[in-house]
Amino acid sequence: MSQVKSLADLRKLKEDLQGKMSLREKSNHPESMVQVKVAMATCGIASGAKQVMDFFINEFDKRNIHAVVTQTGCMGYCYAEPTIEVTIPGQEPIVFGYVDTKKADEIIEKYIKNGELVEGIIPVKYQSIETNKENK
Amino acid sequence: MGKYNMHVLVCGGTGCHASESETLLQDLKTEVIEHGLENEVQVIATGCFGFCEKGPIVKIMPDNTFYTQVTPKDAKVIVEEHLIKGRKVNRLLYTHPETKEAVADSKHMDFYKKQLRIALRNCGFIDPENIEEYIARDGYEALARSLNELTPEQVIEIMKKSGLRGRGGGGFPTGLKWEITRKSVSDIKYVVCNADEGDPGAFMDRSILEGDPHSVIEAMAICGYCIGSSIGLVYIRAEYPLAIERLKTAIGQSREYGLLGEDIFGSGFNFDIELRYGAGAFVCGEETALIHSMEGLRGEPTVKPPFPSVSGYFGEPTNVNNVETLANIPAIINQGPEWFASIGSEKSKGTKVFALAGKINNVGLIEVPMGTTLREVIYEIGEGIKDGKKFKAVQTGGPSGGCLTEKHLDTPIDYDNLIASGSMMGSGGMIVMDEDDCMVSMAKFYLEFTVDESCGKCTPCRVGNKRLHEILDKITQGKGTREDLDRLRNLSHVIKDTALCGLGQTSPNPVLSTLDNFWDEYMEHVIDKKCRSGQCKALLQYVIVPENCVGCTACARNCPVNAISGERKEIHFIDQAICIKCGVCLEKCKFNAVLVK
Repeated sequence: MSQVKSLADLRKLKEDLQGKMSLREKSNHPESMVQVKVAMATCGIASGAKQVMDFFINEFDKRNIHAVVTQTGCMGYCYAEPTIEVTIPGQEPIVFGYVDTKKADEIIEKYIKNGELVEGIIPVKYQSIETNKENK
Repeated sequence: MGKYNMHVLVCGGTGCHASESETLLQDLKTEVIEHGLENEVQVIATGCFGFCEKGPIVKIMPDNTFYTQVTPKDAKVIVEEHLIKGRKVNRLLYTHPETKEAVADSKHMDFYKKQLRIALRNCGFIDPENIEEYIARDGYEALARSLNELTPEQVIEIMKKSGLRGRGGGGFPTGLKWEITRKSVSDIKYVVCNADEGDPGAFMDRSILEGDPHSVIEAMAICGYCIGSSIGLVYIRAEYPLAIERLKTAIGQSREYGLLGEDIFGSGFNFDIELRYGAGAFVCGEETALIHSMEGLRGEPTVKPPFPSVSGYFGEPTNVNNVETLANIPAIINQGPEWFASIGSEKSKGTKVFALAGKINNVGLIEVPMGTTLREVIYEIGEGIKDGKKFKAVQTGGPSGGCLTEKHLDTPIDYDNLIASGSMMGSGGMIVMDEDDCMVSMAKFYLEFTVDESCGKCTPCRVGNKRLHEILDKITQGKGTREDLDRLRNLSHVIKDTALCGLGQTSPNPVLSTLDNFWDEYMEHVIDKKCRSGQCKALLQYVIVPENCVGCTACARNCPVNAISGERKEIHFIDQAICIKCGVCLEKCKFNAVLVK
């Protein structure tokens, strides 16, 4: 390890290191970032959810988008796996079905970057415990 | 290091260590490798999360899942369910004590909602044994900026503007202390970190050293730059082995990176740190006693002045700061004194770490802005008193402090308000007491501690506290008189006025504050010979209720001192002169015929 000899050295080192911590930093303020939840139950994994999740993680990094990618359990749309739920800060979550890496690319470019809706949205017909609580 | 998409943080503080978190960490790592996730999931030991009540803690990022009381056996299910399938393990989630609902992530836990973490900013977030994680969180930036862009005077000015006061108990303004030490003329000066944490129930310094040792190292170097010293010494008690180990690792890493040693950041400034071990004497937390102990002398205090900033370690100017004080400093320099001064109350700036202990639901370590009320701390963060009992008092400032009662619940906590309420900040231990606690016994407990810890140098403390303890003992034995209460008060004032050091001068505080706040209870003990909480065993009377006694002889057969007489099928009798109040008769009686008065 070469020694840190100046403020510039330190800042350079910090920049290189921050990538490794960004996941933890981001999760401190998840509400201020794009959140992508990938359904990773057996059916999702079998249909390639893992590749889609990796794709999102890598592409967000490459395209410099601040986002948190998490996995979640089965969303129930087994016919449309892999499914993902995307939440843009301040907006309602949207669920997309049949997401392969091509679709994922489209979602990033169109929906996440520009807010344009793309094909493949699954209308939400349920209430989660949390929305339920808030509505009360 | 590759890019991980999930981080599993396992608490590696002393508390969780004691509950097998070390094995848990290894098991999680093994499971992760077995499932081929080692390139995606990073498993790290961090410092204390503060939620010690429910340790060991495992936190999973990025979804902030907060698992409590995790055992090594749970490693498999966490990996298989959560890490692979994304299903949270419900039974390990934190359950709200009132609503009984599982809380999925730390953002929604009352314990964390009201907290503001400055000194604890990295505890439970970074791996304390990895300097890179500290650097990624702006570590050593404050030191680099101080050395390259600021003069020592400017840094001292920042400290003064921030309003930071010593967190070890006294509350002396840190900037002012640095300035005085800077002005002392000498070839050699010392920076000392006081890590001799001795208040019963306080463990914030230990947690900071275990969870974020680099923040203390960085602050000591900044202090060295300001006062003109190149030698730092950490006085730490040998009974903190984990903190010592982490601190040593951290010092080694800093040297490797050139952040300690010669010509730091190319500025020509040299600084290095050594450790000095203490044997765990309470009085050695007092700065003059601490210095004597480091010199190899007896850990006894001397009269101030001269203050250590003028004549300290081997007669040289020495700046002594507490661990928590130091941990605040890099953050103040990075974010500016105005930011720090905007937090807290008028005369006490910033935040304070408190160690919650006693009869409270969430035992643990918390950090709140100065000026937070006791009610918020106890009922919101602490989530109330155990078993739904009634709050009685909270002891702050350990054996040097006093108790605060219900009427103080809405007082904002800061240095001055606590002193005005007859207590003190101390190092931040908060011991919560409920209706089952006897205040006379509580005062006696603290006096026992001071008598044990008194170094014996001055008479008021050595002899006076012993007498205070005897009088309190007499009262709890039911032999106290009304005059004893006046004697207690007078003697307390004498000790306060005449003892040599802080320990002696403050040791009667628990007596005085309980006398002030719980006079009725003292009176009951000496006049009615009653202890309402039933803690003073000598004041209890076990008697037989004749109507209920069937003469089964169960009590008489089990009494260890044969204090119970009576024939079969006849009413029994307890001889109070022989009875040792052990309570066995009450336990054995199946007919509710034994009564405690």
